[in-house]
Amino acid sequence: MAVDKSQVDYVAKLARLEFSEEEKEKFVGDFNKILQFVEKLNEIDTENVEISISSYPMFNALREDEVKPSLSLDEVLLNAPDKENGYFRVPKVVD
Amino acid sequence: MDFEAVIGLEIHAELSTKSKIFCSCTTEFGKDANTHCCPVCLGLPGALPVLNKSVVDYAIKAGLALNCSINKETYMARKNYFYPDAPKNYQITQHETPLCSEGYIEIETEEGVKRIGIQRIHIEEDAGKALHEGESSLIDFNRSGVPLIEIVTKPDMRSPKEARMFFEKLRSILLYTEVSDCKMQEGSLRCDANVSVRPKGSTEFGVKTEIKNMNSFKALEKALEYEIERQINAIKNGERIVQETRRWDEAKGQTIVMRSKEEAHDYRYFPEPDMVYLKLNDEWIEGIRKTMPELPDEKKKRYIEEFGLPEYDANIITTSKELAAFFEEAVNIGGNPKTISNWIMGEVLRILNDREMEIKDVKFTSKDLVKLISLVEKGTISNTIAKKVFVEMFETGKDPEKIVEEKGLVQITDEGAIRDIVNKVLDENPQSVADFKNGKTKAVGFIVGQVMKASKGKANPQMVNKLVEEELLKR
Repeated sequence: MAVDKSQVDYVAKLARLEFSEEEKEKFVGDFNKILQFVEKLNEIDTENVEISISSYPMFNALREDEVKPSLSLDEVLLNAPDKENGYFRVPKVVD
Repeated sequence: MDFEAVIGLEIHAELSTKSKIFCSCTTEFGKDANTHCCPVCLGLPGALPVLNKSVVDYAIKAGLALNCSINKETYMARKNYFYPDAPKNYQITQHETPLCSEGYIEIETEEGVKRIGIQRIHIEEDAGKALHEGESSLIDFNRSGVPLIEIVTKPDMRSPKEARMFFEKLRSILLYTEVSDCKMQEGSLRCDANVSVRPKGSTEFGVKTEIKNMNSFKALEKALEYEIERQINAIKNGERIVQETRRWDEAKGQTIVMRSKEEAHDYRYFPEPDMVYLKLNDEWIEGIRKTMPELPDEKKKRYIEEFGLPEYDANIITTSKELAAFFEEAVNIGGNPKTISNWIMGEVLRILNDREMEIKDVKFTSKDLVKLISLVEKGTISNTIAKKVFVEMFETGKDPEKIVEEKGLVQITDEGAIRDIVNKVLDENPQSVADFKNGKTKAVGFIVGQVMKASKGKANPQMVNKLVEEELLKR
């Protein structure tokens, strides 16, 4: 599988990122190198191997259903670039 | 050409946990904006989500109640999208491995019992809430991280009515199991629908649209009716149905395009790296099965078999867990099940519907209802008076025996006293007497009514009937 510029454009759009033409050309090369590297894994026979989701030998990290104090409103809004009456204010979004 | 609709539903239900799915903030509804937030549900960098065990318990319970298989090894997935109510720019949900799959609910259609398949139930986090105001949107993250189950049905429904019946039954089951409080007005139960139409008899699916924003059973039914008709008309006019998301506009009574699938999201799901596998064993699942209450269908069956209730009555009484509990309490106190059911189906539900109330809000108890019924059975009061006492009991929560005593409503069963009233009424209504003699039997009904009125409803109705006929024949 090889990546071309249209796929770089698409991924950039999904990530809401903007790049110059030069940067995009560079990404085409980088992406292809990464894919080639990962493709090496295809050489291994995984016929009877179960899919691994996580590399930790762990499961069921769970907590009890207990309520603990939340942050204060001031703390919650500390990083907000814009706020109004206790709300985060953002440019209008209509879905 | 005849068309048929193909409908599938996606239902989101907020779970009854006290705390959120991945953090210890409260799930309480209706508090000041952004006061139930922490680094985890605000998506601050470095915060680590930890799954709430009760979320898993409730989801398993829902799965068992909806006849699903429970999948013992599952993992969470990351669903990527940008929207300001999702602070991490992704939602933690389940994708390839839902916790429950392959279940069903049975509904009673006019053609008999129909099984509606459930494809999957998975757990996920809710998003925050956006209020749109002028040129900006205001975001409240209190709901961010509230646990949800998403229930996806198979495309098994063929009419808006079936969809509504399914949704009502599902709500009833979620309430019985206490998985969710299902308050649609607070958004804790939400429903989206996928709908397409096709020529009747065809086995292929037509192009579907997705409808959102249906906030009541009625809205679901109305929106589907509108959308099905819109699609059929479009096809008849030679237009092509476009796969798109539409919003139900309650005020306009229309579905309106939100976005077409051409600009569809690419969510790039992948296993959530911040979380580990979830592994269930039989002990866990069976432990939850043991806590399962009797569900509406089982209860209904028992009411029919044990108490001899008609299917219709049993169906309605078991729709609500509280109503069923009220009924059973009354039966246990010692009332006749059929009489109690008649009262519930009649007076009780009528007044509840009138006042838009639920049984848990009433002032009287099941014991009061049994007392009232027994007053009728003993002949102390007539059925007509009992209905009046019932209203009084509903308004004040007073003991029905007290009401009867205080208002002097005890039934007149003294034959002489009733005969006196009958004769007085006959004297005052010579025209009716004449009508009766000319063969107009309707006159009897009028006289009986007047006697009841004269006795303020207290005369024993059977005796009045008998004595009116006797006295009329004497004249």
